[in-house]
Amino acid sequence: MPCETLGDKLSGYLDRELDDRATGEVEAHLRQCVTCSARLERERRLRAAVQAQLTPMRAPERLRSDVRRMLRAQVRRTQRQHMRIPAWAATAAALVLGLAGGWQLSAWQGSRAEKSDFVAEVVVSHLRSLQGGHLTDIASSEHHTVKPWFAGKLDFSPPVPDLATEGFPLIGGRLDYLAERAVAALVYGRRQHLINLFVWPSRESSAGPAMDSRRGYQAVHGAAGGMAYWAVADLNAAELSQFAQLFAAELRRNAGRP
Amino acid sequence: MDPSALERFEETVLPHLDAAYTLARHLLRNEHDAEDVVQDSYLRALRHFDGYRGGDMRAWLLTIVRHACYSWLRRHKVDTRSTEFDETVHGDDRAVDDPEVELLRGALRDALNQAIDRLPIQFREVVILRDVQGLSYAEIAEVVGIPVGTVMSRLSRGRQRLQRALPVEDYWRN
Repeated sequence: MPCETLGDKLSGYLDRELDDRATGEVEAHLRQCVTCSARLERERRLRAAVQAQLTPMRAPERLRSDVRRMLRAQVRRTQRQHMRIPAWAATAAALVLGLAGGWQLSAWQGSRAEKSDFVAEVVVSHLRSLQGGHLTDIASSEHHTVKPWFAGKLDFSPPVPDLATEGFPLIGGRLDYLAERAVAALVYGRRQHLINLFVWPSRESSAGPAMDSRRGYQAVHGAAGGMAYWAVADLNAAELSQFAQLFAAELRRNAGRP
Repeated sequence: MDPSALERFEETVLPHLDAAYTLARHLLRNEHDAEDVVQDSYLRALRHFDGYRGGDMRAWLLTIVRHACYSWLRRHKVDTRSTEFDETVHGDDRAVDDPEVELLRGALRDALNQAIDRLPIQFREVVILRDVQGLSYAEIAEVVGIPVGTVMSRLSRGRQRLQRALPVEDYWRN
C-alpha cells in the first residue's frame, strides 16, 4: 500500500476506530514505511499533549444556577399555559395577601378557568418575585450600578432611568424570563408598593401605555424606541400609568442616542 | 412539562453542563458568549426533551449546543465556512515565536490553547470532541452531522495543522 492511500487512516488507527481489515492494512504498511511510522509517532505525541493539557472545562457556578433557575421558570410557565394554578402560586397569593391584604384567596381559586394570557404571565412573574427572597439579583437605588450589572447577562442594554424625584425610587434589578426570552426586570418602589418593570428589545411599533388588570393587579404595556415593556404592581391605575409614561419617555430619549 | 419530567431532565441533562460549556467555549472562544449559548441550549433541550428517545444524552445535548454556537456565530456575522483566527479580535499580546522561551515558562497549555483557537472551526470542533471530550467517531458524526469517514479526515487534518503550529517536536514530548 502506497503512503498516499494510507491517508487519514493513521488517525483512525491511532484512535482504534478502524475495522480489523483496515487495521491489518495499516500495520502491514507501517512495518515497511519509516516515514509513516514517524508521522504516526508525531500524531500520537500531539494527541497525548492535547489530551493531557486541554482537559474539559468546568462550567461556572453562576451558569449552573442560572440554568437551574431558567429551567424552573420555564416549567412554571408551561404549567400556567395549561391553565392550572400551581400550588406555589397559591402560596404566593397567600403571602401577598398577608403583606398587602385586601383581597380574597378564593378569588384566585375562582379564577382557575380564566384565560391564561400574557397579562397573567406578567402578574405571576410579579408574584413570583415577591415570593421568598428573590426580588432582585442586584439591589441598588443607583441606576449607575444597576444598568452595568445587566451587561454581559443580556444581549441588550435596558435603560434604567432614575425616577426617584418623581416618587418612584429604584430598588434593583434581576434577570427574568418572559415571552420565551431573557428579559431585564427592574424593580421600583412607590410608597410601600413594588413595581416590576420588564423590558426587552422588540420590533413592535411605538404604542401605549395601555392599561390592563388581572386579579387585582394593574398592568401596563407599551413599546417605544425599539423596546417593549410591561409594568405590574398592586397600585392604582393612575399612578402606574404615570410611571409607564415616564419610562416610555426615557425609551424615546434613548432611541435617539447612538 | 410536569415536575417529575423536569426532575428527569435535570438528572439526565444537567450532568453534561461541563461538556456543553467546554464545547461552547472552544467554538465561540469567549466565556460570556459561551455561557449565554449554553443557557439557550438548555432551554432548547428542555423543549425537545419529549422528543428524546434514548441514545447518548451527551451527544444529543452537544448536537444542540453546536447548533446554537453556529447560529450565534452566523448572527454575529462570523463566517463559519472558514473561521480563521482573527488577530484583531482575539490576538494575544504574548508572542509564541520562540517556543523554547515559552517552554521555559511552562506555557505548553497556553500555546496549545492558542493553536486550537486558531484552527478553522470544522477542524477545531472534531479535535475538541475527540481529544478533549473523548467522543467516538460515530458520536462525533452524529453531533456534527457528517459521515464517519469525514470525521476521520478532518481529525487527521486538524492534528496536522496543530503539529505545524507547534513546530518543535520536543515541544509536545511528554
